[in-house]
Amino acid sequence: MTVTAAAPPRTVAVSVQGLRRTHRGGVLATDDISFEAVAGEVFGLLGPNGAGKTTLVRLLVGVLRPDAGRVTLLGREVTADSRAASRVLAYLAQDEPALNELPVGLAVETTGRLRGLSKTDARTATTSLLDELSLGALRDRPLCKLSGGERRLAQVATCLVGDRPLLVLDEPTTGLDVSARRAVWEVLRRRRTESGTTVVLVTHNVLEAEQVLDRVAVLDRGRVIACDTPGRLKALVSDDVRLDLVWRDEPPLDDPVVAALAARSEIAGRRWSARLTAADAREALGNLTSGSALAALDDFTLATPTLEDVYLALGGSGRDLERS
Amino acid sequence: MNSFLALYAGQVSRVRAARGPLLFVATLQSVGILLLLRGVVDEGSRTTSQQVVAGSTVLVVAFVALNLLAQRFGMLRGTGALDHFATLPVSGGLVVLATAASYATFTIPGAVVTGVLGSLLYGLPLGHLWVLALVLPLAGASLAGLGACLGLLAPRPELATVAGQLGMSGVLFLGIIPENRLPGVVQAVRAVVPSTYATDALASSFSRQLDAGLLLRDLGVCFVVAVVALSLASAAFRRAVRA
Repeated sequence: MTVTAAAPPRTVAVSVQGLRRTHRGGVLATDDISFEAVAGEVFGLLGPNGAGKTTLVRLLVGVLRPDAGRVTLLGREVTADSRAASRVLAYLAQDEPALNELPVGLAVETTGRLRGLSKTDARTATTSLLDELSLGALRDRPLCKLSGGERRLAQVATCLVGDRPLLVLDEPTTGLDVSARRAVWEVLRRRRTESGTTVVLVTHNVLEAEQVLDRVAVLDRGRVIACDTPGRLKALVSDDVRLDLVWRDEPPLDDPVVAALAARSEIAGRRWSARLTAADAREALGNLTSGSALAALDDFTLATPTLEDVYLALGGSGRDLERS
Repeated sequence: MNSFLALYAGQVSRVRAARGPLLFVATLQSVGILLLLRGVVDEGSRTTSQQVVAGSTVLVVAFVALNLLAQRFGMLRGTGALDHFATLPVSGGLVVLATAASYATFTIPGAVVTGVLGSLLYGLPLGHLWVLALVLPLAGASLAGLGACLGLLAPRPELATVAGQLGMSGVLFLGIIPENRLPGVVQAVRAVVPSTYATDALASSFSRQLDAGLLLRDLGVCFVVAVVALSLASAAFRRAVRA
């Protein structure tokens, strides 16, 4: 007899339904946005600058009141109620100027106490967090005296203290070098594995989205244009590849292969980027490398699709998603 | 209480870096006014002397509570820093109160120096100066609530600074000049300005015989205004976060 264990119920940690917010002046910042994140998931909001990501997370954490729609966190409606939301979540804004003049240790400890830890527990948690993020040596230095990357890492520590079941992080790794960025990803992964923490992470970095997120909502001009796992989203454009070219000098536009590519490329100075079917890319590359255009070519790369390609294929209009 | 102490400790640490200039400026301007007016006020004019010393002492509090808090909250609002507090389980009123208390901590020496030096300069009795211990927190809380409101409601940080400065000038003007020398309209304004009651309470402490009823009335008004001002600041905080 075969016994099949029933899958554990998936608890919805974050439920956003029909969120709409218009800024003063009539600019529609978020337009009927809905999504759900289940407990223990790292859910991402990916989009270029101006896509409405920050407005969306400020609605999510209750500091902004939506024109329509509602937010439910861990089963409790908290729409426009940041006090109620603050009992279950910790929020890391894009910048945290309120803490800038405090020493790192005190900033983390104070935030922990405000999240309900006793003074002793907050101090213990601070020591542990600073060690985990390799910030122990900076404990007594004010945040404003740190480098941008160190400061951001200290701000991440203030968000993590108090062990909230939901973390909402607005571009937490902006300004971090690769090793610090990986340290943040590792810390988030550990929280998820050990405590079942749910993470909503805003990013405009494609690499971060692909490496860290379980599921991602792709935003463009205040709307969700796609929402799925990074793998499934990339499968939408799996037949395509991206051909990147760098020209040494002026590209030889009189060459018909080059002229045809020019019409299908995003051009930024001497850097061209074309999204092609695999067969077209193979043919174009063959013609380029065997013809006279090769002499003018400085470098080329052929890459499988990224979430940036998904974003562009779905009609995304921004051009400032980061790739590294 | 844990939240208040945590906020207070954090703010004290933040203000500590600037405590030297803060203490110096807050004290110097009030002591300067005492010295300046010493040459103007007649020797026997006890009521005027009491008013000048009490007004100068309350000015130390007004400088911090109105002027600096308006600047601080204008800056917090302008830089988006209010989100940090709004997404923590603390009320806006508590943030205002803890911030005000941290600044006020550094005004205690200035207020005491001004009160004592003023009494000596103007020949006033020092026996009831303990009243200052009641006036300082009550005046501090009410003026801090108003200062925070100015900072949180001003559309731009610069306007918050200007409003704070004007508020402080009002406290100076209405606090130092004796009531009977003010024009009728200004007397009416004086009656509704919260610092008036702090100044009057402190002025009464420079008498040989303390009028307990009058003192309680003035301190009672200060208390009520403090509660109202902090409630308004809490509402202004919520409004500023959503703006």
